Amino acid sequence: MLADKDRIFRNLYGQHDWRLKGARARGAWDGTKAILEKGRDAIIEEIKTSGLRGRGGAGFPTGLKWSFMPKKSDGRPHYLVVNADESEPGTCKDREIMRHDPHLLVEGCLIAGFAMGANTGYIYVRGEFVRERERLQAAIDEAYDARLIGKNNVHGWDFDLYVHHGAGAYICGEETALLESLEGKKGQPRLKPPFPANVGLYGCPTTVNNVESIAAAPDIMRRGASWFAGIGRPNNTGTKLFCISGHVEKPCNVEEAMGIPLRELLETHAGGVRGGWDNLLAVIPGGSSMPLVPAGRDQADTLIMDFDGCRDKKSALGTAAVIVMDKSTDIVRAMTRISYFYKHESCGQCTPCREGMGWMWRVLTRMAEGRAQRREIDMLMQVTQQIEGHTICAFGDGAAWPVQGLLRHFRPEIERRIDEYSRNADAHGAVREAAE
Amino acid sequence: MSVRRLAPPEIQPKDFSFSNENLAWAKEQLKKYPESRQQSAIIPLLWRAQEQNGGWLPEAAIRHIADFLGMAHIRALEVATFYTMFNLQPVGKFHVQLCGTTPCRLRGADDLEKVCRSRIGDQGEVTSDGKFSWVEVECLGACVNAPMAQINYDYYEDLTADSFGKILDDLATGKKVKPGPQIDRQLSAPVGGATTLKEKA
Repeated sequence: MLADKDRIFRNLYGQHDWRLKGARARGAWDGTKAILEKGRDAIIEEIKTSGLRGRGGAGFPTGLKWSFMPKKSDGRPHYLVVNADESEPGTCKDREIMRHDPHLLVEGCLIAGFAMGANTGYIYVRGEFVRERERLQAAIDEAYDARLIGKNNVHGWDFDLYVHHGAGAYICGEETALLESLEGKKGQPRLKPPFPANVGLYGCPTTVNNVESIAAAPDIMRRGASWFAGIGRPNNTGTKLFCISGHVEKPCNVEEAMGIPLRELLETHAGGVRGGWDNLLAVIPGGSSMPLVPAGRDQADTLIMDFDGCRDKKSALGTAAVIVMDKSTDIVRAMTRISYFYKHESCGQCTPCREGMGWMWRVLTRMAEGRAQRREIDMLMQVTQQIEGHTICAFGDGAAWPVQGLLRHFRPEIERRIDEYSRNADAHGAVREAAE
Repeated sequence: MSVRRLAPPEIQPKDFSFSNENLAWAKEQLKKYPESRQQSAIIPLLWRAQEQNGGWLPEAAIRHIADFLGMAHIRALEVATFYTMFNLQPVGKFHVQLCGTTPCRLRGADDLEKVCRSRIGDQGEVTSDGKFSWVEVECLGACVNAPMAQINYDYYEDLTADSFGKILDDLATGKKVKPGPQIDRQLSAPVGGATTLKEKA
């Protein structure tokens, strides 16, 4: 188990003071000036060496992303945008950072902003997080009052930080949709290229990072890249907040080392699967967009919780939101509900997604009851593949994968329901319905 | 995509303008964004208008804000209909947003839905005393505290049919209710005490 001294989020459960004084006691804002004095290139190099990969789902190396920003401004300002539009089902980690360790985020914004030459940062918080937004704003106000950020601050890099919010749209977690929303439009993703590093917010160079990635940066700079890189496995370094929900004895958030085996994670922190490990049916390792991993020796039993480990099981780490389902779960209905989520949240821009989401949901709803034909299973698989990769953003992929995972691993269960429904229909269905 | 329409003309107020206090606040908001980019403030402004109007957004407010920001009305209408937290129909004094996505469903959101149906009615309906309305929403991002619901601005977590019913009772009679987990638990830590961070910070 990760030692407490190696944790970044030391107030994860909110037992301690979140204000500036408490945050300082836990090490925030310590030596920030010295960090900035190392210079832009040294900071980016340090983050690269640490191996930090974006914590928002895609896992893109953070240092590399920062290095895409133009070295010299061509007259346009640079922007840092922090993605706090946490809405991936199963994920509830950024919320804890914003309400319990907001100063780590504020400090991270200053460091990241400096490293990419940005004097302005926006934090885009999802609309539902009203209290978290208030808390974050209070922390920013404290930082302004203490002249830690703002014009002529003690760190010598002018930096203004603003909190902006959405109003209930999952798609605004997609970086270009977020920028559209921040510009006061519908949150519909943009075609890339041009990438935000060249043409982002207001047409200016912009980098969008997840809350957890930014909040980890100050500790990496303070403790050194080798500390962070020493945790976990190569290419999958550092610590990560895991959100364990669903059918475990004690659902919880916990910070752990990357590369922890799934079973150890669940049994050490979440009291294990409800009814014991053998009662596991399936697990979604990385938020609802990722394919499920069924129980079994070659599957969930040996699942390593990091980017490569999840990929080995044809899934992905995503946001590390572990949704556990035990044998009492109606797996088809559970995945149908996820499909409904995507139907509801599609922005409507690309046809395969707008029409496909509703189509998949309707077919799955029938399949959950067994009211379908066996050949429709293959047809559904084909439709998911026609959506995947044929949309502007990754939303289409994220909606297709969970359905593909279901069909890959639970096809016999769907066939059983279809057969049973037909049998019942032949036996007594029609007459009884007429009598009612 | 979900179909979202403005409230019928009969109940739309004729006009809307910000109160003095909200107007000052709105002008303050514009300072966050670069010059000529004031359109960025539309979501916060629509939100404030919704608050001022008792929880829902009338057409007049959308037009008022579009004019205030110098936008075409249709652009503001697009925003108001795109984002689902803008209530285009009247809601109760306590508007319940019940999380119905899979992590909450796995832990008993079905029971909470029954409570809503029996005590409040169908989705989108407002009770006759004007106190309650409810709607099923997508993941609210408190999955380790499932099942949960948001009532106005606060999250109520780790609910059961009983504790949820009691919260609704207490709200109805004007009693104070405590947001957050409704069982003995330190926020998102495991029940029975954290397994980590035991040392004094």
